[in-house]
Amino acid sequence: MTEGAAPSVVRMDGRDRSPEPGIRGTAFADRVYQGATTLFALCIPVLLVLIAGEIAIAGWPTFRKFGIAFLTSSTWDPVSGDFGAAPAIYGTLVSSAIALLIATPLAIGVSVFLSDLAPRWLRQPVAFLVDLLAAIPSVVYGLWGIFVLLPLLRDPVMPFLRDTLGLGATPFFTGAAYGPSMLAAGLILAIMVLPYIASVSREVLLAVPRTQRDAALALGATRWEMIWGAVLPYAKSGIIGGVILGLGRALGETMAVTMVIGNRHEISASLLAPGYTMASIIANEFSEASSDAHLSALMAVGFTLLVITLIVNAMARWLVWRVSRDVGTGAA
Amino acid sequence: MRARPLLLGASFVLAACGGSEKSATPATSSTDLTGAGATFPYPLYSRWFADYARKTGVKINYQSIGSGGGIRQLTAGTVDFGASDAPMTDAELAKAPRPVLHFPTVIGAVVITYNLPSVKQPLHLTGDVIAGIFSGEITKWNDTRITSLNPGASLPAKDMLVVHRSDGSGTTYIFSDYLSTVSSTWAQHPGRGKELRWPVGLGAKGNEGVSGQVKQTEGAIGYTELAYAVENKLPVAAIQNAAGAWVAPSVESATAAAAGAAARLPANTDYRISIVNAPGTGAYPISSFTWLLVYASYPNAVKGKKLMDFLHWYLAHGEAMASSLDYAPLPPNIVTRLQSRIDQIAVGATS
Repeated sequence: MTEGAAPSVVRMDGRDRSPEPGIRGTAFADRVYQGATTLFALCIPVLLVLIAGEIAIAGWPTFRKFGIAFLTSSTWDPVSGDFGAAPAIYGTLVSSAIALLIATPLAIGVSVFLSDLAPRWLRQPVAFLVDLLAAIPSVVYGLWGIFVLLPLLRDPVMPFLRDTLGLGATPFFTGAAYGPSMLAAGLILAIMVLPYIASVSREVLLAVPRTQRDAALALGATRWEMIWGAVLPYAKSGIIGGVILGLGRALGETMAVTMVIGNRHEISASLLAPGYTMASIIANEFSEASSDAHLSALMAVGFTLLVITLIVNAMARWLVWRVSRDVGTGAA
Repeated sequence: MRARPLLLGASFVLAACGGSEKSATPATSSTDLTGAGATFPYPLYSRWFADYARKTGVKINYQSIGSGGGIRQLTAGTVDFGASDAPMTDAELAKAPRPVLHFPTVIGAVVITYNLPSVKQPLHLTGDVIAGIFSGEITKWNDTRITSLNPGASLPAKDMLVVHRSDGSGTTYIFSDYLSTVSSTWAQHPGRGKELRWPVGLGAKGNEGVSGQVKQTEGAIGYTELAYAVENKLPVAAIQNAAGAWVAPSVESATAAAAGAAARLPANTDYRISIVNAPGTGAYPISSFTWLLVYASYPNAVKGKKLMDFLHWYLAHGEAMASSLDYAPLPPNIVTRLQSRIDQIAVGATS
C-alpha cells in the first residue's frame, strides 16, 4: 500500500501484462507455484462469500418478514418478535465517525512527530508505546471506560461541554449526563483506532524519499512548510489507507463499546444520550437467544453490518484511488 | 449413591472390553459427561463437578455458554445435559430430539439495588411500585407511591436512573417474570423474557455493569442476582411478598419461596414452574429455580447411568454446598420428590 502510493497510475496499465509471458514460458514448477498461490489467494474471497452467504441465509426470514422496515424501524422487542435495527445502524456509523474525527488528526500529529520532528532517541520508545495501545484487549478498554472514562465524562466533561461552553444550545449536547453515551463510545473507539492510523501513517511518512524533503528545504521552505507542502501530500493516500484500517476496526469493535454506550435502542441527536451499535446487539443477545425469530434477527443484523462495512470500505478505497490519482498527476 | 459402585464396575468392564458392543463407545477417558448452559449457577456447578470428580472419578465438562446456548446444544444433541435459568418453552421442547426433563438445582433470587446516600434503612418497595419505576411511570424518588411505603426515610427530589441488563440474561427473565406476575400492564408490555424492550433506562452488561453504573450514579436503581449483591455488599430493597410481609433477599428467604411454591405443586409436575410471588410469610418474591435439563432417555447406557448417579449425588450432597456460595438450596420437600423422579430416566437401548 505504501510503495504503490505514488506510481499507481503507471501500475494500473502496465503491471499485469509484462511479467506473465515469462511465467508461462518457464518450467512446470512455476506453473504449479502459480496455481498454488492463486488457490491460496482465492481462499479469502471464497471464505468471505461463504460467511456472507451463511449469515444471509440465516437472516433471510427476518428480511422477508420486515423488509425495509428492518433498516428503518427503531423497535427492538425480542419478547413480541418485532425487530428494527435503525438505532444500531445509526449508532455504529456515528460512533465510528466520532472516533475518526478525533483519532485522525491526533494520529497524523503523532506520526509526523515521530518521522520528522522527534529527537532520534525518542522515536523508537514512543512508536513502541503507540503500537502497544493496539495490543490492549478491548475488554480492558471497556473496564477502563466504566471506571475511569465514564465518571470523568459524567462529572467535569459533559456538564462543561453542555453548560460552560454552551454547546447545550445545539441539539448535540442536550439532556442528562449519566456517562454511558454515544460520546463515550466515540472516545473509547478513538483511543482504540489511534494506534492503527498512527502506525500506518508513520511507516508511510518514513517511506517518503529523502529527496522530497531535501528538495523542499533547498527551495527555502521552513520545516513546517516542508512537512505540510512536500511530505504530507506525498503520503496522503497511504495515510487514508491507515484511516480506512482504523474505520474497519471502529465499525466492528464490540466489547468496549458495549460497556460504555448505554445499550438503548433509540436514535438521539444528542451525543450525551445512550445508543446502540450492531456489533453490541449481537454480543449482548446472541448467547441467550433461543427463538428462531430472534436468532434470525441477530443474523440479519450481522449481515447488515457486513454490507455496511463493505460499502464504507468501498467508498474509502475509491477515495484513496481519487487522491492517489490527483497526487500522481500533480507530481508529474 | 447406591448405584455408584455398580456404575464404576460397569465402566471398568467396558473399558477392559474395549468396545465389544455398540454402547461401549465410552467418551474419551478424560471426560465422561458434557453439559452446557446457564452462567448464573456456574460457580456452584464447577464446584460440584470438581468435588464429584474427586470423589467418584467421573469427570463432567460443563461450558457456561448461557441458557439459550445450552438449550440449543441440547436440541442439537451435542451435549449430554443442558442447564437453563428459564424453563424450556413447549416449542423448544418439541424441537428436542428426545423428551427433556427439568431438574431444579438451586434457587436464584434477584435483588433491587439503588444509590441513595440519604437513605439508611433498606428501602421498602412493592411489586406495583417496582413495575412503575422500571416502566418509567415513577420518575422521582420522592413520588408519593414510594414515600408512603417508606415513612421516615429522607427520599430526595431526584430523578431516577433505571439501569437494566443489556445482555440476555436469566436474571432479567426472573425479574420480568415477577413484574409480569404482579402487574398486568407489565405483562402486556414489555412482558417476560431474557431480553426486553425496556421503556426507560440504560443497558449495562452483566451484574458488574449494572452495579457499577448504580454505584457511580446517585439516584440510580437496578437489579442484580442475589449472590453478586451479597458478595459486593450492595444496598438492597426489602419487597412485600404475596402474604403482605416485607422480606429482604437472602438465601433463606429464597428457599422459603420454593418451599411455599412446592406445597402447591401437583404430583405430576414437570417442574417447569415459576416460583415468583410465592406464598408464605418468609418467601422472597423475586425467586426462581435454575434447572438442569436432561433427556428422558439415554440410549448410551454408560452415560445415562453416570448422569443418574450425578443427579442422586447433587440432591444428597451438592445442596449442602449451595449456601456457602450464596445460592439458595432446594427445600427438603422438593429434594425428596426429585430423588424419586430420577428413576423416570430410561437408560440403555430402548425400542
